[in-house]
Amino acid sequence: MAELNIQELERRFQEKIDNDIRIEPNDWMPERYRQTLIRQISQHAHSEIVGMLPEGNWITRAPNLRRKAVLLAKVQDEAGHGLYLYSATETLGADREETIDDLHSGKAKYSSIFNYPTLSWADMGAVGWLVDGAAIMNQVPLCRCSYGPYARAMVRVCKEESFHQRQGFEIMMKLAAGSEEQKAMAQDALNRFWWPALMMFGPPDADSKHTAQSMAWKIKRNTNDELRQQMVDITVPQAEMIGLTIPDPDLKWNEEKGGYDFGEIDWDEFWNVVKGNGPCNKERVEARRKAKENGEWVREAANAYAAKQKMKKAS
Amino acid sequence: MANNEWPLWEVFIRSKQGLSHKHVGSLRAADAEMAVENARDVYTRRSEGISIWVVESNNVHASHPTEADSLFEPAHSKVYRHPTFYDVPDGIEHM
Ligand SMILES: [Fe+2]
Ligand SMILES: [Fe+2]
Ligand SMILES: [Fe+2]
Repeated sequence: MAELNIQELERRFQEKIDNDIRIEPNDWMPERYRQTLIRQISQHAHSEIVGMLPEGNWITRAPNLRRKAVLLAKVQDEAGHGLYLYSATETLGADREETIDDLHSGKAKYSSIFNYPTLSWADMGAVGWLVDGAAIMNQVPLCRCSYGPYARAMVRVCKEESFHQRQGFEIMMKLAAGSEEQKAMAQDALNRFWWPALMMFGPPDADSKHTAQSMAWKIKRNTNDELRQQMVDITVPQAEMIGLTIPDPDLKWNEEKGGYDFGEIDWDEFWNVVKGNGPCNKERVEARRKAKENGEWVREAANAYAAKQKMKKAS
Repeated sequence: MANNEWPLWEVFIRSKQGLSHKHVGSLRAADAEMAVENARDVYTRRSEGISIWVVESNNVHASHPTEADSLFEPAHSKVYRHPTFYDVPDGIEHM
């Protein structure tokens, strides 16, 4: 085949995208498309893995065996999500361990929501309901992402996420219908997680430097503000239904736009947490780093065992 | 560090008797046995499968997308391989 110049390759690439033809690992793709995906998918993978920590915190203290089994299954799913996503980055030529080391060195980011502490059992409810709820809202459009392996991973993830949100909502619902103390606990969890959950959709569209290109490449299908609005509109009635109050005095139904108006998000807080100064950033990264270090001998031993078995078979 | 990395495996799952194994993704494992066990945990947590194949990724040989035209073009011009190519007069049945 004749060598094509880069403009022609890029033109054909964009034509495929415009025609909704998925891009697969060995297809030609612009280097920036590859790098954007590696960054986004590895950040997503890190979020799933770091996201296990705030909930793992409560597994041994779940109030009963049913809740414990459910939480354990949920956290195990998150490990699975991380693995699907690391695999997807590998199809782009990224080195899995390198991307993980980037997390540990602070070079790579993960969702800032996981830098908030989980202080009470009610937080397991708020996390499932709001954090997994926001994640689902982000991930559903990613099922149609232009990059095949990412889109396929998202289809699996979304199927599994729906129970995550339901189990969280169930916890909130039970607490909200319980004693005064239990209801107060649920309200306190909602108060602490509401705003960080809205921040999960990322900076406002006006300040989001990657959005335009990502939408042209169909990596992203909706803007941050669109998804955030959707989240508010869906969640407010759910809170009302179980008798909890959204901690936003400016929250008001806007008949004209058919959605809620809501208060100003504290973007200084968001950027501060992204930069590493949230309540738990150090603890989270440290926990991941230790996990890798402490697991080193296991990986070595498994390799040694595999090599020995191979030799035995050969002789 | 890099030499401690476990090899990459491609995972294929048969979802039920009567269907073929289908590629579902990949994972890292030190050997085939561990790859099967990990595949069980990663890809069949909700009874998605009754049988697992794992193949070390560097044993997979693939056609290259840039050769797709020359590889698959010959089939495009052979429309007579499809039954719809042929005229069957009205009144002829069971064909
Ligand atoms: Fe997840
Ligand atoms: Fe997720
Ligand atoms: Fe989840």
